[in-house]
Amino acid sequence: MTGAPPTLSLRGATKRFGGLVAVNALDFDVAEHEVMGLIGPNGSGKSTTLNLISGALGCTAGTIALRGVPIHRLAPQDIARRGVARTFQLVRLLPSMSVLDNVRAGAVFGHRRRWGDDAEAQAMRMLELVGLGRRAQAPVGQLTYIDTKRVELARALAGDPKVLLLDEWLAGLNPTELQEGIALIRRLRDEGRTIVLVEHVMDAIRSLCDRCVVMSSGTKIAEGTPQQVLADPEVIRAYLGDDDA
Amino acid sequence: MIRSGGTSLALTALVLALAALLPLAGSPYWQSIGISIAMFAVLTTSWALFSGPTHYISLATAAFFGVGSYTTGMGIELLPYWCLPPIAGVLGAAMAALVGLATLRLSGVYFVIFTLGLAELVRQIIIWFQNFSGQKGLYVLTKITEAQIYWQLLGLAALVYLAGWAIGRSRLGFALRIIGDDEQVARHSGINTARAKVALFMISGAAAAVVGAILAPRYVYIEPATAFTPMLSFQVVIMALLGGTGRLWGPVVGVIPFTFLWEAISSSFPNQTTLLLGVCFLVIVYVLPRGFVGLIEAVRRRVAAREGVA
Repeated sequence: MTGAPPTLSLRGATKRFGGLVAVNALDFDVAEHEVMGLIGPNGSGKSTTLNLISGALGCTAGTIALRGVPIHRLAPQDIARRGVARTFQLVRLLPSMSVLDNVRAGAVFGHRRRWGDDAEAQAMRMLELVGLGRRAQAPVGQLTYIDTKRVELARALAGDPKVLLLDEWLAGLNPTELQEGIALIRRLRDEGRTIVLVEHVMDAIRSLCDRCVVMSSGTKIAEGTPQQVLADPEVIRAYLGDDDA
Repeated sequence: MIRSGGTSLALTALVLALAALLPLAGSPYWQSIGISIAMFAVLTTSWALFSGPTHYISLATAAFFGVGSYTTGMGIELLPYWCLPPIAGVLGAAMAALVGLATLRLSGVYFVIFTLGLAELVRQIIIWFQNFSGQKGLYVLTKITEAQIYWQLLGLAALVYLAGWAIGRSRLGFALRIIGDDEQVARHSGINTARAKVALFMISGAAAAVVGAILAPRYVYIEPATAFTPMLSFQVVIMALLGGTGRLWGPVVGVIPFTFLWEAISSSFPNQTTLLLGVCFLVIVYVLPRGFVGLIEAVRRRVAAREGVA
């Protein structure tokens, strides 16, 4: 397309744990305003890939670049400051603080740093965006499961990240909540945010993702639009085994 | 909580001003109690500045205090007294920075053990040096009066409260609360957790060293065993927990009753002080896990709830 480097770019990204290769020479690019789905069977290395991008784990080999600038050697806090925000597979909130202060944490220390009224206004905007404006003063212990996920999402968004990483953000929701969750992420997509999401929910992948990367045993086995990859015999074999392919 | 502040500052200034009148009463007993309270007020409050939000229990108070005492002890022959407490503060901060960089990446228990060992380490180093010089201890002979020591401690207390108030309203204070809640979230939100923790540990260490420097003239004779006594570190932790670390004024609420209790224990049972210190610790942790601050806030909530119903 244009000559500008992609928002996020992985080249040969590899993570070994002793003899186990969890992520094996992974290559993919995420363009600006794109929603990229990272899918694959359990244990295929999707969450590890997110952990490599966010700096929770260091790469054994390969490079990860944010708008052309390498970030794979940086500490998590420096990667966050450069504009990569994430949610966690198991929701992590700040238990002693109110909903608003949880989100303020992202607004104060994230990619774009704010303070005082500015940070609070930003936190409130993000809470409105995820539909929690009226619970701002509630302690996080009183929230339902989907609301804790909303708080975490608002915290990640509050620093105006360049890339948002969602680690199974839709997992564990009941059918009604799932529809709300998909609608919320579609809203983020329509705002033009750049998102990488690890997901198992196929409805969500079909309706949200521009492109998907399919992983199996740490290796990329397919890449393309959801329709393309889900029809790929290799992908079906990875999910269902040889007999069904 | 973050915004209110003007009134609490004024209130603190008023309390300190009233406390400053104590030497005018002229009773040596009360003067001595006043020094103990002022000393532990500074030590516990500065301890809680770091350990309160981060939940890292530091037993290094005695190490910083001892370094401060020795700064005065060794410097008094060479330099005018007034420049020694600031030097002690710088040394305390430097030592805290070194220890912090080496240990704050470790999780809780390792940090506790290391800080406990630190006082012993510094003490052994000083004993080792004394083997060369042949001295056993140091005489600190000055014309500084008890009242002057007391006033210096109150001045230091004012500084510590001001620092604590400013930190509580700053990004650094917010960062530490986030770190205390979930360090991984803090890192992924863009907080340099190591730097924030080391910064606060330095402030805490500097304050303890300055207290040691101010108190050295009172002891007249200092030696490693008294300057670096681990008992001091434990007393600080117990008093801070008794008061509660959730609020800036919490620790001092524990210091005042505990100082009187300690007076009673050490005059009535001089041979069982350590045992009774341990018993106090257990009782506090079981009965008042969140200290007086937690108790006061629970009562306040209950009253508010009752008014809400009525």
